[in-house]
Amino acid sequence: MQAFLDIFDIYLLEAVVNGILLGGVLALLALGLNLIFGVIDVTWICYAELVMIGMYGMYYLVQVFHLPYWAAAPLVILLVALLGAALHYLVIAPLLTAPPINQLLATGGVLFILQSFATVAFGIDFRNLGIRLPVLVLGEMNFSYARLLSFAAALIGMVSVYLFMTRTFTGTAIRAIAQDRQIMALMGVDTKRIYLITSALGGALAGLAACLLVLQYDVHPFVGLSFGPITFLICVLGGLGNFIGGFIAAFVFAEIISLGGLFSDLEWGYVLAFAFFIVMMFIRPAGLLARRR
Amino acid sequence: MKPRYIGWAVGIAALIALPFVYREPYHLHLLVLILIWSFAYTSWSIMGRFGLVSLGHGGFMGVGAYVTALLWNHLGISPWIGIPLSMATAGALALVVAYPCFRFRITGHYFVLVTLALSGIVLQVITATRDYTGGSLGYTPNRTRGSGWLALQFDDKTTWYLIALLVWLLGLLIWRWIDRSMSRHAMEAISEDEDAAAAVGVNVTAQKLKITLISALMTALAGALYCQYQMFISPDTVSGIAVSLQMVFAVIVGGVYVSLGPTVGAIITILLAEILRIGFGTRAVGWDNLVYGVLLVLFIIFLPKGILGSVIEKLKTQRKMPQRS
Repeated sequence: MQAFLDIFDIYLLEAVVNGILLGGVLALLALGLNLIFGVIDVTWICYAELVMIGMYGMYYLVQVFHLPYWAAAPLVILLVALLGAALHYLVIAPLLTAPPINQLLATGGVLFILQSFATVAFGIDFRNLGIRLPVLVLGEMNFSYARLLSFAAALIGMVSVYLFMTRTFTGTAIRAIAQDRQIMALMGVDTKRIYLITSALGGALAGLAACLLVLQYDVHPFVGLSFGPITFLICVLGGLGNFIGGFIAAFVFAEIISLGGLFSDLEWGYVLAFAFFIVMMFIRPAGLLARRR
Repeated sequence: MKPRYIGWAVGIAALIALPFVYREPYHLHLLVLILIWSFAYTSWSIMGRFGLVSLGHGGFMGVGAYVTALLWNHLGISPWIGIPLSMATAGALALVVAYPCFRFRITGHYFVLVTLALSGIVLQVITATRDYTGGSLGYTPNRTRGSGWLALQFDDKTTWYLIALLVWLLGLLIWRWIDRSMSRHAMEAISEDEDAAAAVGVNVTAQKLKITLISALMTALAGALYCQYQMFISPDTVSGIAVSLQMVFAVIVGGVYVSLGPTVGAIITILLAEILRIGFGTRAVGWDNLVYGVLLVLFIIFLPKGILGSVIEKLKTQRKMPQRS
């Protein structure tokens, strides 16, 4: 019993809870990427870079224009939503009939553009909001309010997307298009409009994630690279386009990173997550929730 | 002898003779870089031309460069042994990642994302093991006090030029060998329809693994050579997603489906970066990638066959036209 308690110590519990809190934001990112993939059948490699632009947006609105946080957040969400719609209109739409790989590589080009745009426009300094949220002390465990807030906001964001998808006509149309692309055009649904709305929605989710991540992390032009790859792993592990699979995979990965970080550096958490991912590919290649053939 | 072969022979002879006639060090340096990167891009296109789009090649290149340098610095193993070892490491890594992908039919988007993650992870490992690799500050192989040949370190640009030229030619030969082999037909069938290819007796998994392994080994060699030539590597210049995308960009600009396409891509991208660097100085930081990104998007939308690919296609159609009329 004593040995069990030694392993299951307070730091482990803290890491587990922090993993769950991190999972919320990762699930939000995975949801946005899955939405785009499920509906338009395109993977935005530059998704994490949209988040990076959003984080810079928050930084400038709060630090330079002195807007309060709650007023800046909707503006940033709107900005990144517009960016998402523009990305679809300018890059993806002309390539819709091209091989899927070309669309994916074109968003790779956009990744370059956004990263170097940020380098040129904002410089390579690390910047942060300068907002210090208090730390919640629970027993001997410390949790930052920033993480709790992010987790709550991510959950609210995901629930509202769920309600939008199930309760509104547009949402129903989006889900229908994800099931069958050709037929919906015959049913009188304007697919171009739905694609634009979906892209804007994906962008808005990236914007929300940006508002939450900027509370915890400094922003710099390459910040997207630190959580972009892990988001892709989550989406593939959950099954691309599978919303629930992505949700579960996000928490699994967050726990691995958080627990791995407890025993060693944070980078090793990522390496561990990748090793886990490779093993899972042998066991469940089509995603966590895929039915076996 | 066909006139084509004579053209190649004259071209190669001219390239070999060049450093003995023309000795401007900066221009030779650019040529060496172009040759090494052309080799790396050629190795990417060996996979890429069959629709196996990998963004993990940054990872293979990083393994090639870092394993060679680490073995030399920490264990004193000569790059002559270190380079094959680093290539074997990259090959093993490629097999471990690629086998489940191919065995369980992970293709298209999935494959790109998995390989993308691979290059990201190699970058993380190099950064995480900063006690040995110097982390994001970069790493320098120790200067040799003994023979330059044993350590594969030369101050002389001409030697490096000849080595790079040899390796570049080797890359073109491998490209040509695959182009003429049965593997090419098998891989083309696979890229059209895996089930149909399997039905006519193509061993889909084995063929894809073979191509991937060749490509990964070559990329690791390119990384090791780059490290030996530059004598400085950092995670951002030889590994990670940015390097993977740089490969894709150069190959697409040059042309994936022609043997000299990657070379044309390397010439264009490296000259572009140098012109921007000289023209704008330190203000150019970021601008070269901005231009890369815009060009990549424009090329994919308007000229997906690349510059050389489009030119060759145009020449062929022009040649065919009169015959038809």
